[in-house]
Amino acid sequence: MNDRAQPTLKRVINESGLEVQPLYTAEDVAASGGDAMIGQPGEYPFTRGIHREMYRKQPWTMRQYAGFGNPSDTNQRFKYLIANGQTGLNVAFDLPTQIGLDSDDPLAQGEIGRVGMSVDTLRDFEIAFDGIDLDKITVSMTINGAAAIAIAMYLAMAEKRGYDVKQLRGTAQNDILKEFIGRGTWIFPVEPSIKLVGDTIEYCAEHAPKYSPVSVCGYHIRESGATPAEEMAYAFCIARAYADEVIARGLHVDEFAGRLSYNFNIFGNLFEQVCKFRAGRSLWAKIMKEEYKAEKPGSMWLRMIAAGGGGGLTFEQPELNIVRGAYYALISALSGTQTMALCSYDEAYTIPTEYSARISLRTMQILIAEMGLTETVDPLGGSYYVETMTNQMREKMEQIIAETDAQGGIVKLVSEGAIQAKVSAQAYKMQRDIESGEFPKVGVNCYRNDQEDEHPVEFHPYNEDDARVQIESLNRVRAERDAERVTRALAAVCDAARAGANVMPAIVEAVKAYASVGEITQELVKVFGRYQEPIRF
Amino acid sequence: MNDTAQRRIRVLLAKPGLDGHDQGAKVVARAMMDAGFEVIYTGLRQTPEQVSRIALDEDVDVIALSSMAGSHLPFCRKLKPLLEANGLDDKLWMIGGNLPAQDHDALRELGFKGIFPTGSKLDAIVHYIRENAA
Repeated sequence: MNDRAQPTLKRVINESGLEVQPLYTAEDVAASGGDAMIGQPGEYPFTRGIHREMYRKQPWTMRQYAGFGNPSDTNQRFKYLIANGQTGLNVAFDLPTQIGLDSDDPLAQGEIGRVGMSVDTLRDFEIAFDGIDLDKITVSMTINGAAAIAIAMYLAMAEKRGYDVKQLRGTAQNDILKEFIGRGTWIFPVEPSIKLVGDTIEYCAEHAPKYSPVSVCGYHIRESGATPAEEMAYAFCIARAYADEVIARGLHVDEFAGRLSYNFNIFGNLFEQVCKFRAGRSLWAKIMKEEYKAEKPGSMWLRMIAAGGGGGLTFEQPELNIVRGAYYALISALSGTQTMALCSYDEAYTIPTEYSARISLRTMQILIAEMGLTETVDPLGGSYYVETMTNQMREKMEQIIAETDAQGGIVKLVSEGAIQAKVSAQAYKMQRDIESGEFPKVGVNCYRNDQEDEHPVEFHPYNEDDARVQIESLNRVRAERDAERVTRALAAVCDAARAGANVMPAIVEAVKAYASVGEITQELVKVFGRYQEPIRF
Repeated sequence: MNDTAQRRIRVLLAKPGLDGHDQGAKVVARAMMDAGFEVIYTGLRQTPEQVSRIALDEDVDVIALSSMAGSHLPFCRKLKPLLEANGLDDKLWMIGGNLPAQDHDALRELGFKGIFPTGSKLDAIVHYIRENAA
């Protein structure tokens, strides 16, 4: 020590509420719980990765979110991304499709094909995936309220093209509980919505055992204001709610848990994020093994897409988002994800152009080709800091789960709007902290370009004519289909819902008859009713 | 401070159309409440008819929309005549959210004088209402 006065170091608390020390040693690791939960990659509790060889064997899947306009526009973008080396697809649907409205519904006016592709019937799926090899390219669908219908359409489309549905892989987001917290594409009230998720899990377990019917999203809860620890803890609470629904029907956890997957966010402090994923992996394994008595390792795997980062991107100096995206991709790679995608730099403004989507794709490819991120498993494992913070993050998540359970559980708290109010209050505080400069954000509250008023962003053109084309196409399908078969199939959907039976077989039959998203939704609304949003601050 | 019993500014904050992104709207609602305004937050999926009716029923001074999913122009085109028919053209019309600069003139021409695109400061929104609300 020299005799100059020691500057007092400012305390650092990460977003999850854990204090960050200026130095970590073996003693910190020991004090935080030691190496009891570290283990080896591919072995319980999977802190270091769900597979032994991880990216050495196969790099993460690259799956940029894409979709707009009509299915044929989207099909072209899919083919562009695949031609540029993308290895999976993530389909964006427009809002009418996501909430179960047909394109000719008055409420759909002005929204058709705007934030994703529009889908009315099976015909649209046939067009969207035309010429794409569904064995080589796995398809993930970002749809929730109307997910049961989209899953039915995907399976029907694949079957029609000669694929064996029993071997078919793919993912539906289908996480309705988080839609009540953030994102908002709900249709039915909470209870029947959970039942519908249960129906899809049960149906897929039997008919499409390799398909992932649910991707539980911490992602949007984080975007709505949750901390990283809450993001993962709430996601686990939600996954448990779905698991409980299916187990109550008599399924064994090992019959479906291996096909549950997750979607998490990647913006924020690099170390906190990486530790979040490592901690979450072991916590989910522990929950599955100890609480649910899972026996198959696959049931304990936290299979995930660690992606996006939208909440960290800025409207100001948008080109800096390319740099942020590169760091987020690094976080995702260091976290041991199965799938990666990045929000594009212009995404705070518009739907990504081909150019910006390609930059995102190339960002991930640089990590694989140039940066050595696929060569060694869990390269941060063993760092005193990372192992200590991983233990502390796990403890924090367990605390949040215990609190949630003690307050009556996630379903009750979401139904009452309590989680929504909590994360929204946090989002407000964060916005205030950003505006005051308390929480630094480059280009926003520091290092601003005050002269700047031109943003180098090209807007994705919205084609006003898309709506007319889509409605004409829907009318053509309606004219050509077997009307009697449709009427029968729709009545069967309603009957199944009324009987409390699994509605999936009836929905699959209805989509095969070319019944529309809106028509099928209407049948379910007759029985389930519509969700009324609790407004609570 | 004016200590005569002055009516608090009443703001209708609506989420138009099918857009489900309400993080920003709720943050703005909290900022308005902290500023002492009375806020009537509609929740998601409001039609132009609903917005216009609630604005009338609640006797608000400010009609504010939060739009993130790109349908602001078609929505505002439908809303404008309904607000006028309800005699609400003397109220302060505002809109915030994902609003490309190229659309601002069109929004202004439709009567939405306060335009607060992504990146706007909460204090700027509050200040604008204090200065401009009747």
